[in-house]
Amino acid sequence: MDLAYSPEYAAFRDEVRAFLDSHRDLAPPPMQRGKPSEQAKAWQQLLIEHGYAARTIPKEYGGYGAEPDILKSHIIAEEFGKARIRPGHDGDNRLVPTLLELGTEEQKRTYIPPTIRGEMTWCQGYSEPGSGSDLASLSTKAEVDGDDFVINGQKIWTSGAQYADMIFCLVRTEPDAPKHQGISYLLFPMDTPGIEVRPLVTMTGEATFNETFFTDVRVPTSQIVGRRGEGWFVANATLKHERGGLGDPNQAESRFHQIVEMMREETLDGEPLLSQATYRDRLVALQGQMLAMKFNGMRVLTHNVRDEEPGLPRWIVKLNGCELNHRMAEMAIDILGELGVLYPSKGFGGHRDEDVPYLRDAGFWQQRYMMDLGLIIGGGTAQIQKNMIGERALGLPKEPKVADPRFGGGAA
Amino acid sequence: MEFALNEEQRMLQESVRGYLEASCPLDRVRAAADAGDTRPADLWEGLVDLGVHAILVPEEYGGVGLGHLEAALVAECLGGAVAPVPYVGSSVMAPVALALAGSDAQKDAWLPRIARGETVFGVGVTEQIGSRESGGVAAAGGTLTGKAMFVLDGADADMLLIADRDGALHIARAADADVKRLPTIDRTRSTSEVSLEATAAEVLPGSTGSRAAVLATIDAGRTMLAADTLGAAQNMLDQAIAYAKERRQFNRVIGSFQAVKHLCAEMAAALEPCRSLVWYAAHASRAIPDEARLMACHAKAHLSEVGRFVARTATEVHGGMGFTDLLGLHYWFKRIGLDRQLLGAPEIVREEAATVQGWV
Repeated sequence: MDLAYSPEYAAFRDEVRAFLDSHRDLAPPPMQRGKPSEQAKAWQQLLIEHGYAARTIPKEYGGYGAEPDILKSHIIAEEFGKARIRPGHDGDNRLVPTLLELGTEEQKRTYIPPTIRGEMTWCQGYSEPGSGSDLASLSTKAEVDGDDFVINGQKIWTSGAQYADMIFCLVRTEPDAPKHQGISYLLFPMDTPGIEVRPLVTMTGEATFNETFFTDVRVPTSQIVGRRGEGWFVANATLKHERGGLGDPNQAESRFHQIVEMMREETLDGEPLLSQATYRDRLVALQGQMLAMKFNGMRVLTHNVRDEEPGLPRWIVKLNGCELNHRMAEMAIDILGELGVLYPSKGFGGHRDEDVPYLRDAGFWQQRYMMDLGLIIGGGTAQIQKNMIGERALGLPKEPKVADPRFGGGAA
Repeated sequence: MEFALNEEQRMLQESVRGYLEASCPLDRVRAAADAGDTRPADLWEGLVDLGVHAILVPEEYGGVGLGHLEAALVAECLGGAVAPVPYVGSSVMAPVALALAGSDAQKDAWLPRIARGETVFGVGVTEQIGSRESGGVAAAGGTLTGKAMFVLDGADADMLLIADRDGALHIARAADADVKRLPTIDRTRSTSEVSLEATAAEVLPGSTGSRAAVLATIDAGRTMLAADTLGAAQNMLDQAIAYAKERRQFNRVIGSFQAVKHLCAEMAAALEPCRSLVWYAAHASRAIPDEARLMACHAKAHLSEVGRFVARTATEVHGGMGFTDLLGLHYWFKRIGLDRQLLGAPEIVREEAATVQGWV
């Protein structure tokens, strides 16, 4: 047990802090939707030059080219988080690692540099109306015609599709193969004829997601990553990256401190909420859960630094982290009483277009309460997470398989 | 930055676990519980040979001078084996209090004996957390008068360490007091009512004038009870998983049903972060003194909640068998049940955590 950082890492932390102190004015606002602004792109470029973004991506693809160092990456994330300054990105955290691992040299050179600079944005075409948890049953088909694939079908939950330049998309290319072996992973521009994007308004009142329809969309066969029929395995590399990100314990800690602040400032019968014993009890119970997950994160980090498989401590992060965030939002709403249900019809921040008297934090907590439920469902539902924990970490047997006549080989 | 056990800590835990697996199987636990024996000589001596009572005793007093984390790793093993031996009061709270607040003479007299397993201390501090049944002890002129409730390891004790109403800690001979066992659900450890009537006692000089010593003693006890629950709950989860892989109904092992699999996953998801919380709380007791009180509270309260959840859920996974005496799962269930109530049930401890943070 040694929670201190060695001099090398302590110095690195100081360096990051000094950078943030002297450059914070250049940072764009923390959350922005839509295409990256010029300011955001300039910020990203500055961060890449200093090694705070695209850190381990090789120089020949436009990255900083550092050796992987999990602790330094962790320090960067932590310091940007504490300073509440928008961190940089590694392009798209699902696509770029996949290309680095499985893309051709030409694909890497074409796509990675503009992506990490924020000049080329992507959306993900995985889920379909009929294929959610059972993603491998997807039915958007791509048939070969000359040098092209011709794509027909529909994707859902394509966040950012309305402004993305490109899509990385799973399509069925071998309809007679067993279901996991008939899928291919394609890259194509969103302005290709035959693509229609329709906004999908969620329960939060916001349209952050979309449905994307493909009608005879022609994509050159060279736009495949990996080989035909291997798309499932190509995609799994990226799913792994996405799961790692959901349930981040730093986010839970920062939400927790927001609630404490609120309990100091908000009053009931003229007394601060913090003086209510029942609210306080719930607050401390949440703090205990939050701390347990924070220290669990330190344990995972230690395993990662040592290049060991963390096992169970990692398997539970998405399930517990998303649940914890949701409970924080629940609590924030409850302690606000009736004020907790005030909400702009267009969602978080919608008060700029609509007068919502007494609204707290621009509707943040209701938006989080609903959005976090979305995240409990998305990125592998809580029930799928429990299957994975049960089967992969605890060694419990899978459910017996039911034959699926839609696919070759018969097996599900 | 390294949040993990080191080699020595892993070896300590393996040696204690290995010893208990060999010497303290369920039959041994059951025999001791049936006989009302919460300090069987063979197990006590075996643990003396492993040096577990010496962990928190400083080297100059014949101990090994390790920290709360090592002690917590032992507590985890004892909980895992539902071992019927004194520990939290006698081998943790007593040496912590003596090392912190004892005079040189008191340290000389008692710490080596604790380390060698020659003296067992019962520890009575419950009234510092909350008094029931008119519990409370007054000190006057080198004597104690009053009643201390739920004295940890009390029925097995040679000596007593008792907090008075102001939180000062006193040593008295168990033979001079009226020590009455309070039978609880958990027959693997003793808790007692200690009645004192002008009983001769010696104050720990460092414990007067401020509650720091008694609070540090309570913190140590809470962290160890949390570790005990961690071990007991992990064992129940392991048993539930093994049972779910073996028991067949509807021509399938029941662990292949999501209804059962998800119960196991929920237990694992709740319990695994608890390990990190216990490690952190134990580590903080010396390394991060500013956080020590808060983390001891969190470990105690959170493990009490998760322990209860795991205890009931693991029993449910076992179906009707879980409810029987024959299977013996109830020994762990009851161990967790006692841990939860001792030194402050969750609401009490959470309110203390709020106070520590200036929220009350």
